[in-house]
Amino acid sequence: MKKDRIINKPLEARKASPLIVSLSAVFLGIIAGCIFILCIGKNPFAGFERILFGALSNTRRIGNTLGMSTQLILIGLSVAFAFKTGLFNIGASGQMLMGGITGSILAYYLPLDMPRIIYLPIIIIASMIAGAVWGFISGFLKAKFNVHEVVSTIMLNWTAYWLVYDFIPRFIIDPTISVKSKPIDAVHTLRADWLTNATGFSTMNYGFFIAIAMCIVIWFVLEKTTLGFNLKAVGANRFCAEYAGIKVNRSIMVSMAIAGALASLAGLTYYCGYSNIMEMGKMPNEGFDGIAVALLGNCSPIGIFFSAIFFGILKMGRGSLAATGIPTEIADTIIATIIYFTATNVILANFWNARFKSSFDRKEEACKTYMKSKGDGRGVDALTSAEFREYAKSGKALIKSSKEVRQ
Amino acid sequence: MLGIRKEFPGIVANDDITLQVKEGEIHAILGENGAGKSTLMSILFGLYHADKGVIKVRGKEVHIKDPNDAFALGIGMVHQHFQLVHNFTVAENIIMGKEGGFVYDIKKASRKIKEISERYGLSIEPDMVIDSITVGMQQRVEILKMLYRDADILIFDEPTAVLTPQEIDELMEIMKNLAAEGKSIILITHKLDEIKKVASRCTIIRRGRLIDVVDVATTSVEDMAAAMVGRPVSFKVSKAPSKPGKAILEIENLSVMNSKGVLGVKNFSLSVHAGEIIGLAGVDGNGQSELVEAITGLRKAASGTIKFNGRDITDLDIAERNDMGLGHIPEDRQKRGLILSAPLTSNMVIKEFTKSPFSKHGLLDYPAIREYSEKIIKKFDVRSGEGADSLAGKLSGGNQQKAIIGREITADPDLLIAVQPTRGLDVGAIEFIHQQLVDERDRGKAVFLVSFELDEIFNLSDKIAVISGGELIDIVDTSTTDEHAVGLMMAGIRKGE
Repeated sequence: MKKDRIINKPLEARKASPLIVSLSAVFLGIIAGCIFILCIGKNPFAGFERILFGALSNTRRIGNTLGMSTQLILIGLSVAFAFKTGLFNIGASGQMLMGGITGSILAYYLPLDMPRIIYLPIIIIASMIAGAVWGFISGFLKAKFNVHEVVSTIMLNWTAYWLVYDFIPRFIIDPTISVKSKPIDAVHTLRADWLTNATGFSTMNYGFFIAIAMCIVIWFVLEKTTLGFNLKAVGANRFCAEYAGIKVNRSIMVSMAIAGALASLAGLTYYCGYSNIMEMGKMPNEGFDGIAVALLGNCSPIGIFFSAIFFGILKMGRGSLAATGIPTEIADTIIATIIYFTATNVILANFWNARFKSSFDRKEEACKTYMKSKGDGRGVDALTSAEFREYAKSGKALIKSSKEVRQ
Repeated sequence: MLGIRKEFPGIVANDDITLQVKEGEIHAILGENGAGKSTLMSILFGLYHADKGVIKVRGKEVHIKDPNDAFALGIGMVHQHFQLVHNFTVAENIIMGKEGGFVYDIKKASRKIKEISERYGLSIEPDMVIDSITVGMQQRVEILKMLYRDADILIFDEPTAVLTPQEIDELMEIMKNLAAEGKSIILITHKLDEIKKVASRCTIIRRGRLIDVVDVATTSVEDMAAAMVGRPVSFKVSKAPSKPGKAILEIENLSVMNSKGVLGVKNFSLSVHAGEIIGLAGVDGNGQSELVEAITGLRKAASGTIKFNGRDITDLDIAERNDMGLGHIPEDRQKRGLILSAPLTSNMVIKEFTKSPFSKHGLLDYPAIREYSEKIIKKFDVRSGEGADSLAGKLSGGNQQKAIIGREITADPDLLIAVQPTRGLDVGAIEFIHQQLVDERDRGKAVFLVSFELDEIFNLSDKIAVISGGELIDIVDTSTTDEHAVGLMMAGIRKGE
C-alpha cells in the first residue's frame, strides 16, 4: 500500500467503522423494541414480522416504503450537508413546506397539456429555488448578524407554516373541503404511470430517482470539488478557514442555501408525488425525522440512503402492528432508541475498538508462536498483512494442537 | 512506575520506562515533544492504561483505572490547558466534584481554600471569578485544586508555557515551598533553565525510551540537552549580517480596534525590508495580535495604510493578501493554523486548494495534493504515525508547528509573519524553526517575528521594534542594544525619558 512507503507503519488492530457503529445502534434499538414488546406481554418476533410484512410483503408495499423513504433521503442529505459546514439545519420542515407550496401552486396554474419533459424540470427547479431562498435567509442572518441558525430555522419553520396557511385558501383551495388544497392532477405530480403500475398503485414516484441522483451529486460535491473542501474546512475549523482566506460567511450562506434546496425537493416529492394535496395547519414531521436519518447515516450520502430506507420500513410497517395488538408507538420507540444509541456512538465505537484490539492481540500472539516454531527471527512488524493473516491462522492451529496434546 | 509500555496506532509512546520519585523531591521529566512524557503522566493519572508495567505508590502496587483512583492515592495533575469553568468563582471551581453531600458549604470550603493558599503562598482569593484573574493565577487555582484534594504527588505538565517571566519565577518559588512541605513534584518540561532552577533529579526520555536519570546539580545544561535530543545542541543561531533590500511591508500610521472596541494599535508605523528579520518585542497583550491581524487581513484597520510590495493592501481580503505572497505562522497553531480533524494532506493545501495543480475546474486533484504534502512532510521532517494521512490533531505540538511552517515556507512568500513560532516547543524543534526563519531571510525574503520571549527576539532579529500599549516605542539595531534597554522600552519607557 501507498501509506506503508512513507513511514514504516506496524500492523495494527482494526478500528470501528461508522458502519459497524450504526449497525450496532440499530441492533440495540431493535433489542430494546423486543424488550418493550415483551413487557406488554406480546411476541416480539410476531411484531417485527408484522412490521416487515407491512413494509415489504408485496410490490405495492415496497413501493410505498420507497415512496416514504424518498423524503427521508432528501431531508437526511439536507441536514447532513449543513452539518458538514458546522450548521444545524432544524428548518427542513419549513424548507419542505416552501418547496411543496411552490410545486403545488405551479401544478395548479400551469396548463395540463404542457409536455412533462418541460413541466417536471420547471417545478423541480422552482421548488429548489424556493427552498434555497428559505435556507439562504438563515445563512444570511448567521453571516451578517450572527443569529444562530437553530433559532432562525425554527422561526422560519413557522413563517413557512403560516405562509402555507395563507397561500392554500388564496391560491389553490379545494372548493369542497376548505382546509386543504385541490388535489393535483396525476399528470402534474411526480408520479409516473409505469412506476405506479409496476408497484401496484403505490406512492412511489420520480422523487425516488431524484433522491438517488442527489445522493450521488452531494457525495461528489463533498468529496471531489473545491466547493466541498471549502465548506468542510469551514465546518471543521472556521478560524483556520478564515485564516487560510476562505470566505467563511459566504460559505455559510451557500451551505444553507444548498441544504434548503435539498429539503425543498423533499417537500416537492412529498406534496406533489407521495401525496397530491397540502393541508392547512400541518407541520411535516419528516423535517425532524431527517435529523435522525442523517445521524444514523453518519452524514454520508450512502449511509443516509440506507438509513432512510430503514426508517421508511419502520414508518410504513408500523401500521400493520395494530393487527397484533402491539401499539404502533412501539415503532416510534424503536426509532427513538436508535437515535439515542447513535448519539452515544463513542461508547459503541470504544466497545468495538476494544473487541478488535483483543482479537488482534490474540492473533499477534499466535503469529509469534508460529514464527518461533519456524525459527523466523523477524519481528511481527516486519510482516505484510497477508503474511500476518496466514501466520496467525497457522499459529492458532499450533496453539490449539499443543493444548490438545497436553490434555 | 516500573517498566511502563504504551502503544498507540503506529507509535510506541512509552517503551519500558521506569520513573522513581522520592518524597519531598522535585523531579523533572525532560524530553522533546512527542517523546512520551505526557503519555507517561497520563498513565500515572489514570487517563490511559499501560500495556505493560507496574505502578507503585509508597511501596504498594496499585491499579489506577481513572483520575478518581489517582486522586484517592493523592496524585494530582496540573494540566497544560487549565480545566476551569470560566464564569465560576475560584472556590466553586476548586470544590467541583468534591462538594460533599447534596447541600454544599461554600463558606467552609472558602475558609479551607484561603488557609491552604496562605500556607503555600499562593495568594488566591476564593471569591474571584476565573474570568477576571490572570493566567498565572488560574494556574495557581489549579494547584490549589490539587492541594484541596490532599494530593501528595503533584504533576505539572509544561506549567510555564503560558506564563510571563515574572509569573514563572513565582511558580518556581511555590514549587519549592510545596517540596519543602513534603510534597513530591513531577515537573514535565523541555525548558532546561527551569529544571536547573528547581529540580533535584531529572529523568530524560527520548522517543519513548528512558535515556538517563541525572542529578541536576552536577549535570550541565548542555549535557541534558544533548541527552534529550540525541546530539549536541547549539543554543545560538549562526547567521551572517543581513543585507536588507527593498521595503516589502510598509505600515503607516496604522490604528486598529481590539475586541473590546478600543484602539489596540495606535498610530503605528514600521517597515520590513527584504532580507532582514524584524523582531517585535513586547509583553503579551500590548497590541501584537491586533497588529498582525490587521496586516494579514483578519481584522480591519481603523485608520492608516498597509503597503505590501508597494501596493496598498489595507482593504484587500485575506485570500488576496495570501496570493500576493504574504505568509503567516499564526499565534494559535491549533485554532488558526490547522484543521485538527482533517488529514495533513488537506491542511497542506488549505490556502491553495483552489489553484492549479491542486484543482482544475473546481475538481480536486488528490494525487497532486498528496505529492505536495509528502514533499513538505519530508523536507520539514514532520513526524506522524500515518504520514500524509495522519490527522493533524494526532501530531505532537512540535510536528504541528513544523507542518505549518513547512506549508507557509513552501508557498514561497515575500513576507513571512511568524507569531510565537516556537511557543511550547523543545530545543530540537526550536533550533530547526529558527534556522528555517534565518534561511528565509538569507533567500532575500522579509521576516516579521513577533515573540514574547526576548531570547528569541535577540537571537534572530536584525532589528528590534518594541511595542507597548499599542504604540511603537522605538526601533533599534540588535547589535547596539541589550536586554535591559529593550526591557525598559517594553515597559513603555522611551529613550531619554
